[in-house]
Amino acid sequence: MLMSTSAIGGTALDTFPKRLLERAQQHPDKIAIREKAFGIWQEWSWRQMLEEVRALACGLAALGMHRGDKVAIVGDNRPQLYWTMIAVQCIGGVPVPLYQDAVANEIQFVLDHAETRYAVVEDQEQVDKLLSVWDHCPRLEQLIYQDSRGLREYGEPFLHAFAAIQTQGRSYDAEHPDFFRQQAAMGRGGDLAVILYTSGTTGSPKGVMLSYDNIMITSCHAIAREGLRDDEEIVSYLPMAWVGDHLFSYGMFYCAGFTVNCPESGATVMHDVHEIGPTYFFAPPRIWENILTTVLIRIEDASWIKRKIFHYFMNVAQRVGSRKLAKEPINAWERLLYGIGDLLVYGPLKDNLGFGRIRLAYTAGEAIGPEIFTFYRSLGINIKQLYGMTEASVFVCVQPDGEVKPDTVGTAMPEVELKISDSGEVLYRSPGVFMGYYKNPEATAATMEDGWVHSGDAGYLDENAHLKIIDRARDVSRLADEHETLFAPRYLENKLKFSQFIKEAVVHGADRPYIGVFINIDLEAVGNWSDRRGLTYTSYGDLAARPEVYDLIQGEIERVNASLAEEPQMAGAQIQRFLILHKELDPDDGELTRTRKVRRGVIAEKYGDLITALYSDGDHVAIEAQVMFEDGRSGTIRADLQLRDITPTAALAAAR
Amino acid sequence: MVGMNGSQPILQVEDVELSFGAVQALIGVSVDVYRGEILAIIGPNGAGKTSLLNVINGFYRPQHGRIVFLEKERPKHFRPYQVARQGIARTFQNVALFKGMSTLDNIMTGRTLHTRTSFLSQALYWGRALREEEVQRRRVEEVIDFLEIESIRKTPVGRLPYGLQKRVELGRALAAEPELLLLDEPMAGMNVEEKEDMSRFILDIRDEFGVTCVLIEHDMGVVMDISDRVVVLDYGRKIADGPPHDVRTNREVIEAYLGVAHE
Repeated sequence: MLMSTSAIGGTALDTFPKRLLERAQQHPDKIAIREKAFGIWQEWSWRQMLEEVRALACGLAALGMHRGDKVAIVGDNRPQLYWTMIAVQCIGGVPVPLYQDAVANEIQFVLDHAETRYAVVEDQEQVDKLLSVWDHCPRLEQLIYQDSRGLREYGEPFLHAFAAIQTQGRSYDAEHPDFFRQQAAMGRGGDLAVILYTSGTTGSPKGVMLSYDNIMITSCHAIAREGLRDDEEIVSYLPMAWVGDHLFSYGMFYCAGFTVNCPESGATVMHDVHEIGPTYFFAPPRIWENILTTVLIRIEDASWIKRKIFHYFMNVAQRVGSRKLAKEPINAWERLLYGIGDLLVYGPLKDNLGFGRIRLAYTAGEAIGPEIFTFYRSLGINIKQLYGMTEASVFVCVQPDGEVKPDTVGTAMPEVELKISDSGEVLYRSPGVFMGYYKNPEATAATMEDGWVHSGDAGYLDENAHLKIIDRARDVSRLADEHETLFAPRYLENKLKFSQFIKEAVVHGADRPYIGVFINIDLEAVGNWSDRRGLTYTSYGDLAARPEVYDLIQGEIERVNASLAEEPQMAGAQIQRFLILHKELDPDDGELTRTRKVRRGVIAEKYGDLITALYSDGDHVAIEAQVMFEDGRSGTIRADLQLRDITPTAALAAAR
Repeated sequence: MVGMNGSQPILQVEDVELSFGAVQALIGVSVDVYRGEILAIIGPNGAGKTSLLNVINGFYRPQHGRIVFLEKERPKHFRPYQVARQGIARTFQNVALFKGMSTLDNIMTGRTLHTRTSFLSQALYWGRALREEEVQRRRVEEVIDFLEIESIRKTPVGRLPYGLQKRVELGRALAAEPELLLLDEPMAGMNVEEKEDMSRFILDIRDEFGVTCVLIEHDMGVVMDISDRVVVLDYGRKIADGPPHDVRTNREVIEAYLGVAHE
């Protein structure tokens, strides 16, 4: 392995175990991690955390773990699971976090491919999942669970309680007092630190190997550029298997030394955010959208005077807020109005959401709707777009403070080089670039050339070196019309998804005469909309099939068409036909990735009849779909879907 | 008779007769409940199932028969709160919660029996009352964690869907730390998923806390899955008592359910 050539690589603290020891020595009583349990925030200082990690690491060693062994980790964001990650690294092992909502056969693939010897999981649900595939994973030897609830009657000899392993670890530690520190000091920056499996919109997951240098150098650059300090508070609620969480709650946590807060449960995240008041917050666009949708629904239900005040001051904020955040000049009257608005609306709203103390917020993973983005910025929340991927240890580009443009993802991070290939694809090279895909040299060779990584995204650099992403390179396609119009499906889908009523959209049109689209409605927003109109419905499928809802969605699509018509290169690619799906697209059915990205191949295969119907004359189509329930059983949903045409009138207006 | 694990009964209902005027609700019913078992009481409508639960928790006083709980015979004059203090908690067929109060406060009411300080010192919220509140709150939080209802801790129960209200009611009963838990149709009106959750909770209550459970249930699938023993009532009489499998194939039980004409 090459030595790091980065400006800040090669320090003495080149692995997380070394950082942990240093933190526990320098700041023993500073709070490292909190978890809400039994209604109270439980805290662990760096010293206490080191003790927990040490006990676990020694326990794993007592169980027979060797350097180089892989350990699967499955569960929600729990301190114990974060400790497992560092404990494994302390004794030279490699943690492999998995998505906690993955179904059994997805888990099986990763366990098998990563050759994990041990698995540390959260609770009975995960234990059951692993036991169901246990016989197909011959390399898996021991299973450790954190929460013993419901597991008393389980007699498997390879099943251990987390606390019991720690108890064994303490006696092992007493017998081998030098073991832990020796092991923890052994790792080097170039060593493999973690394997993160990317869900991938096509094919099987690939194991991205990241070294300590990859993660730590990238983290340190981000901390320096964004001015993060050790008094930040973050809430860790995104899947541990996702590279984003690994960087924010792990890499940057050890490098900056701030405090990580684990929510009580998946259902209480927003409440816990409210209690913690994070200073640094990360969320993918769908979460920012959900929060905004919830706010708008609550405002719609409020009294008329509150509604008036809210809308008036949100208008003020839209005019003034973003400029204020960018430190552009604003006149005295605007400053006064914004001040009143802050007192009456923005402040209470931010406080209510738990965003009162935010100094830095990111959105990434997908494009965010300009309205949504502007909404938060005008409230004075410094939300910025980040462009990154697993293969780059997240950070490629970030919008710099004072240069936030809604349509770009910002400029390259320190030590990141960018170039655009002849075919328009974005390539990058950085100290964060991964070591390769685990046991998949072909895929590594196809992605990486001389250290340059193919992002798979089509984009360009604007005059200020800001990167603008158009779409996935392979998804950009042409219509089979007389102009062979070029269109970018993701670009259209994002525009559609910016509507609060549309949760998901799948655009079709490659080698077809026009663009057709599948729509997933947002149950909460459309449900509330129909409640206020006195429309009754029994289920998602029923609501989705209502003609009134079709009218609503048609209006939203027409708005998107109108905005497309204003862009000369997009005006030809307007949506001409749509249908509303009878069920939500779901990762459990393989239709979305675990990070909620559309898998076009699966959808084309599964809903072939619907696509055919989009390009035929009928105005309805019958469908039967297999669905997977949460317990792994499958069932069938039958429905009769309507199709509706939309006349792209706006295109004519643009042509004039 | 001795229980499955050789234990003595935690509760003995002996030859109980209960009538309201001319209506005989229970006729010579005897049931033993053993420590750590899940006992299901089934039977057609009006068979006397709820009456039996009401007798067990002291809500009704039978005209005849005796009730022995924890090897102590219950005095005739005992009131429901005294029975509750002995360690019997229950939930109701129709959810009986304080609709305007939060989940937390509702479950907190289950702790009343364990509260020692006076009304006045609680009102002042000072000294011993404050320390006691902390202890009570910890117990309640354990129940909330156990039933996985953290996200509705502060929500008024009137705004919760029915399935969750049932769970809160179960939480209130659990907060009383009972020896014996009586559940009157805990899954009525629930969908399949909610029933599965509730079944799991009942099994876990027994396994984790060692609480003995007596439940009335109509869903035969649930009864067969989770109960160790089934008692069948029909027109106020006990017509069967045994493991689920035996009861299911009992001719008298089948007749009672199929509605064969009664002499």
